[in-house]
Amino acid sequence: MYVAVKGGERAIDNAHAWLAEERRGDPSVADLTIPQIREQLRLAVNRVMAEGSLYDPDLAALAIKQARGDLIEAVFLIRAYRTTLPRHGVSLPVETAQMAVARRISATFKDAPGGQVLGPTFDYTHRLLDFTLAANGEAPVAPRAPAAPGMVPHITSFLNRDGMIEDAPRDDTLPPDLTREPMELPASRATRLQAIARGDEGFILSLAYSTQRGYGRTHAFVGELRIGMVAVEMEVPELGFAICIGEIEVTECETVNQFKGSRTEPPQFTRGYGLTFGQNERKSIAMSLVDRALRWKELGEDFTGAPAQDEEFVLMHADNVQATGFLEHIKLPHYVDFQSELELVRKLRAEVEASAMREAAE
Amino acid sequence: MSSHSMDRAEPQTARQEWMGLLARARPAALAGLLPDPLPDHALLRAPEIGAVMVRGRAGATGAPFNLGEMTVVRCSLRLASGAVGHAVVQGRDRDHARRAAVVDALMQTGAAAAIRAAVLDPLAQAEAEARQVRAEKAAATKVEFFTMVRGEDK
Repeated sequence: MYVAVKGGERAIDNAHAWLAEERRGDPSVADLTIPQIREQLRLAVNRVMAEGSLYDPDLAALAIKQARGDLIEAVFLIRAYRTTLPRHGVSLPVETAQMAVARRISATFKDAPGGQVLGPTFDYTHRLLDFTLAANGEAPVAPRAPAAPGMVPHITSFLNRDGMIEDAPRDDTLPPDLTREPMELPASRATRLQAIARGDEGFILSLAYSTQRGYGRTHAFVGELRIGMVAVEMEVPELGFAICIGEIEVTECETVNQFKGSRTEPPQFTRGYGLTFGQNERKSIAMSLVDRALRWKELGEDFTGAPAQDEEFVLMHADNVQATGFLEHIKLPHYVDFQSELELVRKLRAEVEASAMREAAE
Repeated sequence: MSSHSMDRAEPQTARQEWMGLLARARPAALAGLLPDPLPDHALLRAPEIGAVMVRGRAGATGAPFNLGEMTVVRCSLRLASGAVGHAVVQGRDRDHARRAAVVDALMQTGAAAAIRAAVLDPLAQAEAEARQVRAEKAAATKVEFFTMVRGEDK
């Protein structure tokens, strides 16, 4: 039997009205604007774009405002909006070698051509609270040095010359799109990279950390981390050629991993790859470690049972919208489900008690 | 270098260059350079907001994968002269796409030189300046290593 229950409308409407009032907070404090969020909470915006899987800083800022700063809720809003958009096409793969770098570092090659460019980083700050920010301090002006904008070559392209590092040969296999078709396991590396790129930063971070602590150890170093703007190009059928349709900021991480060789591969450095929307280096580094851990089969390594090596475990639990949807749904009314469980437990108890009475009587 | 970077070595045509410049332009900047009223035109495809799936390559040079989508607006139109303009521009601003398509069409007419001077050159200059500023800020954060001699070796 299915019993529909009504009667929550007024309570729900009033709850949402109160939510809107709480979102606004104290009306004597100025209302946050979308440009303020976009410009001043940019790393939150980047995270929402990466996990929402939609590059649009203004929309991400709006979602953050609407979600009262709950970034997973904001990601949910972006994902829901995305489903309303028609797909106008698919870009050519972005050429990260052509990136206009704001930051570019290597932990493995001090004298990499192009140099170590720190960019706007939290690294080497003292992590002391800066009370001048609370006192409306004026922002300092970033110093400048002579520069010629130009391409900065990838570090692995230098390493590759003597065959010490695994190659990533050109391959134009069309990737499956898990926003269009259900994910199939075992998954291709393309599917894994898509799933991790939109996966929860905290989950991917913890998995990557687990590989560093010994659960599927891959001995990763950051071969190169670069952040900057890349052009997005797309073939336009009406024109018959590709045009640039915009420019996005991305973070790319290539790890190099010590590799003693396997049944099928010689000893060399292997690679993990991370790419995310926006300045998002924790996610990008973590992504490259998890990508590398998941490549154990292809590289002929042993499966040690580590969570980060377990493709199904990683891919089926990385999406925070799916995870929070399933987790949080258990707070919604389950009166009928619960009623049937209650009856089952009562019945089981009655049976246990009856059997105890029988044993006592014997 | 591996072969992938050679693909973009082929020079862009003038039309590819201006369409890219218009796509990357800030909508307000473009509107400031080409204010209303726009020349008469018939919409072949009204400005429509949508998404484009952005791809990357594993290891930067290997097999492509889907990174995530970006918002775009596309628009196609025909001027009274018959010139057809297309645009696919980043973001969700319909007027941006319409203006970009108008400029694309005008660039195929006798007005091209005037439009280049009034619209494209200022956009290109602003973009080049913004890129130069970012490159100079990045250059100022480049590490200049030096070696300190330590120990008692004489």
